Amino acid sequence: MSHYSYIVFVPLLPLVTFLILGLFGRKYFKIHSGSVGVVSLLISTILSFYTAYQYFFIDGKTNAVFQNIIALKYTWLQFSPNVSIDMGILLDPISVMMIVIVSFISLMVHIFSLGYMKGEERLATYYAFLSLFTFSMLGLVLSSNIFQIYMFWELVGISSFLLIGFFFEKPSAVAASKKAFIVTRFADFGFLVGILILAFYSGTLDFRRLIERLTSVQSTEFIQITSATFLGVSMLTWGLILVFIGGAGKSAMFPLHIWLPDAMEGPTPVSALIHAATMVVAGVYLVARLFPVFSIDLTALQIVTWVGSFSALFAAVIACTQTDIKRVLAFSTISQIGFMMFSLGVSKYGGENGLGFTGSMFHLFTHAFFKSLLFLGAGAVIHFAHSNDIKELGGLRKLMPVTHISFLIACLAIAGIPPFSGFFSKEDILLATYQSNKLIYGIAVLTSGLTAFYMFRLYYSIFWNKEIRIQETPHGEGTFSMKAPLIILSICTVLAGFVPISSWVTSDGAPLKSHINVGFSAFPVLMAAAGILLATYLYKTQNSRPQAIASALGSLYRAAYKKFYIDEVYLFITKKIIFNGIGRPAAWIDKNIVDGFMNLLATATAKLSAMIKGLQSGKVQNYALYFFGGIIGLALLFIYVFK
Amino acid sequence: MNASVIIFYILSAFILGAALLAVTARKIFRSAIFLLFTLIGTAALFFWMGVEFVAAVQIIIYVGGIVVLIIFSIFLTQKSGDEMPKPLRKRSLFSILALVFGFAFAYQLIYEHEFGQIVHKSFDVKVTEIGTQMLSTKEYGFVLPFEVVSILLLASMIGCIVIAMKIKPTEEREIQ
Amino acid sequence: MNEISITHILFVSTALFFIGMYGLFTRRNMITMLMAIELILNSVNINFVAFNKYLYPDKLDGVFFAIFVITIAAAEAALAIAIIINLYRSHDSIDVEDASELKY
Repeated sequence: MSHYSYIVFVPLLPLVTFLILGLFGRKYFKIHSGSVGVVSLLISTILSFYTAYQYFFIDGKTNAVFQNIIALKYTWLQFSPNVSIDMGILLDPISVMMIVIVSFISLMVHIFSLGYMKGEERLATYYAFLSLFTFSMLGLVLSSNIFQIYMFWELVGISSFLLIGFFFEKPSAVAASKKAFIVTRFADFGFLVGILILAFYSGTLDFRRLIERLTSVQSTEFIQITSATFLGVSMLTWGLILVFIGGAGKSAMFPLHIWLPDAMEGPTPVSALIHAATMVVAGVYLVARLFPVFSIDLTALQIVTWVGSFSALFAAVIACTQTDIKRVLAFSTISQIGFMMFSLGVSKYGGENGLGFTGSMFHLFTHAFFKSLLFLGAGAVIHFAHSNDIKELGGLRKLMPVTHISFLIACLAIAGIPPFSGFFSKEDILLATYQSNKLIYGIAVLTSGLTAFYMFRLYYSIFWNKEIRIQETPHGEGTFSMKAPLIILSICTVLAGFVPISSWVTSDGAPLKSHINVGFSAFPVLMAAAGILLATYLYKTQNSRPQAIASALGSLYRAAYKKFYIDEVYLFITKKIIFNGIGRPAAWIDKNIVDGFMNLLATATAKLSAMIKGLQSGKVQNYALYFFGGIIGLALLFIYVFK
Repeated sequence: MNASVIIFYILSAFILGAALLAVTARKIFRSAIFLLFTLIGTAALFFWMGVEFVAAVQIIIYVGGIVVLIIFSIFLTQKSGDEMPKPLRKRSLFSILALVFGFAFAYQLIYEHEFGQIVHKSFDVKVTEIGTQMLSTKEYGFVLPFEVVSILLLASMIGCIVIAMKIKPTEEREIQ
Repeated sequence: MNEISITHILFVSTALFFIGMYGLFTRRNMITMLMAIELILNSVNINFVAFNKYLYPDKLDGVFFAIFVITIAAAEAALAIAIIINLYRSHDSIDVEDASELKY
């Protein structure tokens, strides 16, 4: 399909920008690096929109089913006649949807950063890193080969690391970037092993062939992978669980979620781009990419479901108690990604049963808009008030009207109030869970009530509540480049729900009718409304009621405030058990035995050479004498011994 | 015991005596003169063996060339009349030991060796023969070594000039 | 004149060789070391000519070798003296004990 080959420019333009800004930026583009990044990304975004147009409206379908299109393929490493690592571009509904989201959100963040990062010394570096991230994320979603996705996966990880640690003068930022890197790296190891298992049994790394071979029940590959077991579980399940661990690490699912709240040390636009809208949904994307395989393995799907639903509820509870704006949003992100995960988990492959898949992708789509809007709004607030603690904020609605309205829209959307976008996607998810598992449905409804509550708690605490005094800042609410993305994203947030994702993105490519069932929708919306009302009652004006409730809940509140001590558990395991039990002995062995042996060799050599260095006296006649002695010795040897 | 035998022993004694003095004399100029005597003695020995051409070459090159060169370099580098420092006692002890042993060993080998058939034939070297064979390109011709030696002489001449050339102070600083 | 056996001549050359070696080992002045080397080369020449005369009188190879050795000795002496003069310039001395920078 050569007429799609222009898509290669979508990821390549940011790469070129990265190279230019990374190599020459600090010297030649000190001021203009922002505009360079924005312009190249704008072209990229237009191209990806055009791709979506061409794919969804013109020639993506055959027989009313969306096809997988390999737009480009280049065999890079040929291991054996069948197994090769390819560099390719795979187009199917989810990848097309993802490039639109990634490039569009990235563009918004680029524009917003023009104002937010103004005056930053290392602006070129910042934009270079953003471009690197955009490149790798676009490459990730377009990958046609599981190993290619793994490479971009790591690239995304490294750019996330670089951006979290962008303010490397702050020790907390350095610690956070290290934490994010190590935790996701740990999960990526699982991913790699999973890839190897799947590739070993299916004999290919190519997505299409892999899915084809592992989903047809009669194929020899399928029989092999299901008949081989380890600890009583089939290798297929192992492979999928390990791949899911990789996805869970990147998507911050419990218990690998600990890096995401700390990752908020990065610049706020970065949080909006990477840690809300794009990178953290890579795990969801990965599961969706391999969904046909997941769908035939119920054990793996069960794990996805339970991890997702538990994370959703767990993070929502924590979010209710946090006081840092960005941390509330971070936990909210974990919670919403949990929604996507369990929605995938309860889904089945094909037809009406694939509603969960569609709902998950739809939620991914809408979530990208309203969560990045929330983060950018938070960024604007932090930029304005120089604080990100809600105890120090309040009453900003008059000072920041644009931010206020857009934040409100985003809050309504995430709470699931019709007709905002979050409502539609959440509706699909809830319907899918209702049809398959009532317990999960209960958790989901409870979580969406909590979501409404904590989002409006945040909203009221920033924009209403107490009036704080803020000295007039010269820049006002923000530059135009900061307001414009907020307005654009608000419009998108309102309208995104009406995008007919369900007729485009489905598990098997065939369109699905959208479901709006007023009777069914009433209950979740009422839950959300109850959450909003509760938040209004507690936080609209300054009062002592939240304090009273917090002390009434006592230890439960404290536990939630401390994020259920998960960080402490990790710290205990690493510092007390791993460092003392494994690290110290290993260090001792390294220092005393491994190094000791090497030092012994070195010392012995040094001693020996010190002993014999006197022979090398620099006196030529001594040398001549030795030489003569040697000749005599050799002559004796050859004349009398070896005749 | 005819004259030639006597002449041989006298020549040998002269050569060895002069050589010993050349390596032990404490004044460098004397040492050079004794070297000259040794070389002349060797030339006489060549005469005695009947190779007049080699003897002539020996005199021309060694006596006329090398020794003169050595004497010049002595003038360039030494103050005449100074006594040279004594050899290090330890080193001369060791070298005498090594050399006496080496000499005994070598002479033992020579003495025990059976030198095949000694051909009693007049050994008459004609200069024309040397000349013809030197430039002959046929079998047993020496034209290739001759050319190689010519190149070697040229190369060593250039080398001498380069090594002994006086470097101007500015250039010297650059090199250092 | 053939009453002198070859071993006598070889005795002379061997003795000359070891005398030269003695000079090479004990003389500290580089010019005298050069002289010792000339002695050694001379003893080799005597050997070549003697072997030619006594063992292969119908050939000329020993004579040629002697001639080539003399030629090369001349070249070597010239080079050695150039080196000595250069050393004298840089060290103000041609004592080999003074030129012992190249050591451990």
